[in-house]
Amino acid sequence: MNHSMAVEKKYSSLSSIRYRKTKDRLFKGAVMFFSFITISMVFLIIGTLLIKGYRQINWAFFTQVAPDTFSAMMAKSSGQIIPGGIANGILGSLYLVAIASVLSIPIGILIGVYLSENSEKKYAGLIRDIADILQGVPSIVIGLIAYIWIVVPVTRSYSVLAGGVALAIMMLPLIVRSTEESLKRVPNTLKEAAIALGTPYYKVIWRVVIPSAFSGLMSGILLSVSRVLGETAPLMLTTLGNPNINWNIMKPGSAVPLLIWQFYNNPNMVDLIWSSTIFLMGFVLLLNLTSKWIEAKRKK
Amino acid sequence: MQINSDKVLKRVLFASSLVILLIGVAILISLIEGSMPSISKMGWKFLVSSKWDPTQGSEHYGALAFIVGTLMTSVLALIIAIPLAFFTSLFIAEYFKGTKLGAVVGTLVDLLAGIPSIIYGLWGFYILCPLVVKSGLSPQGFGIFTSSLILAVMIVPYATSLSNTAIAMVPNELKEAAYSLGATRMEVIRTVILPNARSGMAASYVLALGRAMGETLAVTMLIGNADVIPHSIFSTGNTMASVIANQFGEASGLQLSALIEIGLLLFIITTIVNAIGKYIIKKIGQ
Repeated sequence: MNHSMAVEKKYSSLSSIRYRKTKDRLFKGAVMFFSFITISMVFLIIGTLLIKGYRQINWAFFTQVAPDTFSAMMAKSSGQIIPGGIANGILGSLYLVAIASVLSIPIGILIGVYLSENSEKKYAGLIRDIADILQGVPSIVIGLIAYIWIVVPVTRSYSVLAGGVALAIMMLPLIVRSTEESLKRVPNTLKEAAIALGTPYYKVIWRVVIPSAFSGLMSGILLSVSRVLGETAPLMLTTLGNPNINWNIMKPGSAVPLLIWQFYNNPNMVDLIWSSTIFLMGFVLLLNLTSKWIEAKRKK
Repeated sequence: MQINSDKVLKRVLFASSLVILLIGVAILISLIEGSMPSISKMGWKFLVSSKWDPTQGSEHYGALAFIVGTLMTSVLALIIAIPLAFFTSLFIAEYFKGTKLGAVVGTLVDLLAGIPSIIYGLWGFYILCPLVVKSGLSPQGFGIFTSSLILAVMIVPYATSLSNTAIAMVPNELKEAAYSLGATRMEVIRTVILPNARSGMAASYVLALGRAMGETLAVTMLIGNADVIPHSIFSTGNTMASVIANQFGEASGLQLSALIEIGLLLFIITTIVNAIGKYIIKKIGQ
């Protein structure tokens, strides 16, 4: 008796409607507050890049190679903007991404097709698990692997090829899973209709399934490119960097993130950091948002 | 003719699936092979010693300091990230579910995952470090705490993405039933949404932890690179990933092998953490 009265008393004060409403409002306040902090980080970071870097951006920045330390120091001491640009990095990055794409996209799409065509098999589950494991491997470990596989035995020096292989290993699982996901969404009736007309299997895949999932494939490819474009750590272990434009796949090459790392470590060049990051960030976000836009358009 | 081409395609597809299987196996084998000199020289001491000395003649490699550094930074990052991720996913998947604002916030959070690690590192170095110094938390601004702050922002999108799905999937009927009994929104969240979405959220936090453990460059730029066990969250240290990035350029011989062994350890640890996350997801699916 006593106990139930105590309980009643406790609840009558705690569950008074005003108390519950206040708690509800406080909770909503926390939701707004923490969400605001999270999204404000995007603006804080991009804003910092823009404010600090806009002064260095000019035409030469995209057409000239990175300056040497001496000319950077001279410009800096006389208060001018640093001459030169990141052309070697831009071309190097495009070169690396092209190699990585050639190595990973065709095979990744084939594996994705295999998974969606045999989704129930135990073996497919294993392949899927391995793709997930690869996706979770830290990029620095991928760099070590490309060093062991390519730098030491194949090119015998740091090389563009090794960097391309590292990025390809990172892109592969992303392509595999995005291909599988978008193929899964192709209605079975489409395939069945084609098969009923006597279309051979390879034509069903090539002319029916892949075209209807095409936008999904594109969005996956763009997203994976945007993910590897900014990768720095694996490139430090593989492509190393190069002050000049280099097209020899067996020799060290440059990349925008590698240049940023170099500028960061050289007190005379720090002013170039921000303009380079604006470029990198802009490029990565453009690919990222395009991929999202394609995805959103497809869903409609 | 038709049967033939069908067979060929099936074989090509199967053969390509073998490629990823081989890559996975070969990564493990190569890492083990590369670590062999260090494994045979250091043995178990590699895991339990915190002395890391690459000086020629008195070489000694123990990775304990880096293992501790990795655990400290990633766990602290997760602790900071969870409130951000928890409330942000409620914003996206409950309070503003299906609205324009919810979609915009969702996209912005996704963009955080798109920002390259080196940009986080630069931002941390030029903006965050001076703030940490000003607040008096640490004299030089570098260290575990600063790294964890940046890591927390980096992993928020990983911690929200699955949580969003889990929260959005809670059936409307259940929520409406609770509302009809007079529950406030917060009470609905606590008594209906959370019990249903709990495992999905847990899985996404585990996967975010796996991300934090492997993050390299941002941490390398902010942790202060000291090869000792950090004695507090404000002291400097090194993580497994950052020590590889830092010392790889000058390493050769036994030191290189020891760095590869750290890579092997990192590979194993992140794979286990990710496997736990995936296991939770699989269990929800059943």
